[in-house]
Amino acid sequence: MSDAQTQLDIDREKGNFRYDVDYEFDAGTGLTEKTIDYICDVKDEPDWIRQFRKDALKKFLEKPMPTHWASKDLENIIFDNIRYYLSQGGQKPKKTWDEVPEDVKRTFERLGIPEQERKFLAGVEAQFDSEAAYSNIKEAVGKQGVIFMGSTDGLKEHPEIFRKWFGKVIPTGDNKFSALNSATFSGGSFIYVPPGVKVSHPLQAYFRINAENFGQFERTLIIADEGAEVTYMEGCTAPKFDTATLHSAVVELVALKGAKIQYITVQNWSNNVFNLVTKRGLAMEDAEVKWIDCNIGSRLTMKYPGVVMKGRGARGEVISIALAGDGQHQDTGAKMIHAADDTTSNIVSKSISVGTGRATYRGLVNVPRHLKGCKNNTECDALLINTNSRTDTYPAITVRGTGNACQHEASVSQVSEEQIFYMQQRGLTEAQAMSLSVNGFVNDLVRQFPMEYSVELKRLIDLEMEGSVG
Amino acid sequence: MQHLKIDNLHVSIGDREILRGLNLDLPTGQVHAIMGPNGSGKSTLAKVIAGHPDYTVTSGDVLFDGESILEMEPDVRARKGIFLAFQYPSEIPGVTIANFLRAALQARLPEGEELEATEYYAKLYEKMDLLEMPRTFTSRAVNEGFSGGEKKRCEILQMAMLQPTFALLDETDSGLDIDALKIVSHGVNSLRGPATGMLVITHYQRLLNYIVPDVVHVMVNGRIVESGTKELALKLEAEGYDWANEPESEAVGA
Repeated sequence: MSDAQTQLDIDREKGNFRYDVDYEFDAGTGLTEKTIDYICDVKDEPDWIRQFRKDALKKFLEKPMPTHWASKDLENIIFDNIRYYLSQGGQKPKKTWDEVPEDVKRTFERLGIPEQERKFLAGVEAQFDSEAAYSNIKEAVGKQGVIFMGSTDGLKEHPEIFRKWFGKVIPTGDNKFSALNSATFSGGSFIYVPPGVKVSHPLQAYFRINAENFGQFERTLIIADEGAEVTYMEGCTAPKFDTATLHSAVVELVALKGAKIQYITVQNWSNNVFNLVTKRGLAMEDAEVKWIDCNIGSRLTMKYPGVVMKGRGARGEVISIALAGDGQHQDTGAKMIHAADDTTSNIVSKSISVGTGRATYRGLVNVPRHLKGCKNNTECDALLINTNSRTDTYPAITVRGTGNACQHEASVSQVSEEQIFYMQQRGLTEAQAMSLSVNGFVNDLVRQFPMEYSVELKRLIDLEMEGSVG
Repeated sequence: MQHLKIDNLHVSIGDREILRGLNLDLPTGQVHAIMGPNGSGKSTLAKVIAGHPDYTVTSGDVLFDGESILEMEPDVRARKGIFLAFQYPSEIPGVTIANFLRAALQARLPEGEELEATEYYAKLYEKMDLLEMPRTFTSRAVNEGFSGGEKKRCEILQMAMLQPTFALLDETDSGLDIDALKIVSHGVNSLRGPATGMLVITHYQRLLNYIVPDVVHVMVNGRIVESGTKELALKLEAEGYDWANEPESEAVGA
């Protein structure tokens, strides 16, 4: 077990450190056309991207905050105080850890990334603020024709694939924050898996925010060609700052006929991070897109991974675990858009609210009238730890037509005093009892995680619960 | 020999006094039974010894080998060697019996020491065989969807695994049919020995045919009103509790 514990940093305190870094490139605070020109110049991007970004900026400025339905806490983001691009120099990530600058390398070493890579990953990209410091793919995987690189390299080196799908799954104007990302994106992964290639080990990205008042806007595009299979995992940390930090990613997945993409997120943001992420996958005929999403930490997370099932027999799945600690709001859920016959979607969401933590489930399932043979299953279960904890569920399920089926179950439970007493009577401390209850609650979902992650997830829950009882 | 001593214990829940000066001395190596009518405070006694937060001890003491345990958290008491077999055990959804017991045993080890998995499972299976529980039982979540009999057997399994110094069995016979009662009693009897003291709380004499006590106490209105040998239990069975019932005012004044 101790071996597995070093696999990934999701110890809540372990990410809370920061080494000083000199930034060679700094776009300053605030967001204007000049900021965008600065980013494009530094990254030496083609004109079409510059135009894409500027169009996106207009949309971002036009769009109102979604506070008519979402948390008013969004109003506390001061866009003018945020730094939109920071890099240490060199927009080209290194292929070996030896080449990575010392001050950045020690951060990732402390987080255990190089060690994980050796043990069980097919490729790693490690992003430090705006740019990837390191990106490498195992030779054997590269030889299969798998492309794994940063988004900037992707759009320059493989424009024929990149442009075809970029911004197509999530259009710029999808929401205010997808527009913001489209204007300012930097970093993130571009992955292409050729037809029939099954990548046996996961590819991993690690996102690290190091700077204060910073906005991280990575952009990920994954394309699995016909019959291909790939698993991608992302981890995230940031040190604790007194001021708010913004993380606003856009992730687009494209699973062509018969392809399978599994996307696993274990976020462990510090409590000052606004985490406002748009994630969506497109599943063509008989393809499958599965999001496994584990949200721990952050000040406010708003994230609703979605799947558009566009081809007959496509499948979409969202498995989500959210832990809202004291003072945190996890506003998460799923979107399932059925756009072809015989498509199947499954949503299983479990949330835990601790102390004044608030967990919100928002779901959208849409099956139009003209389709047949579509199925959706939605389960959302909430566990409340304290009497002042809060949970809300907002499911929006529209299933029209005959011959389509949907099933929705929701439950709210609370860890009762009797249950805690019972466990304490067997010798467990109150905190151990709490965390065992929470682990039991998410147990069936955690089993779907790769081993290395499930062990860590349990440990993270333990740590979170240790801190939550007097 | 170790002693669990209850010394002039007064206990309330809210404004209501439930235990009114209760005395009891349970040494290791003995089985004591407490019998009494409903509402006499039998279950309260068990819960107070285990440290249930709902009850307030207004005076008196509970001594584990001379040391007061009243200020100790329930888990500290448990690790010291006090075990309560619950009348109504809680469900712990998603946590398997194997994992739960493992965590409970792990909690008893010094920091940094890991429970040895092979030994653990060997012991677990041995105790399950004793209680005639199928192996598949270990992968079921604790008490979730269990029948009454399964719950009670699961309590005794936990007792067998945790090997307490003092075991309190709260109405372990309730909800059991005769076959289950025999199995549970067999399990309890096999745990009797010089290192363990047991307090068997029951409403009916029936259980005492299978778990033969060294001492029987009769509890009425929050106090022990009579103690004796197992014949006392037979007398209660034949005559009921009426003879032992005192008027409320006397009980309080006593």
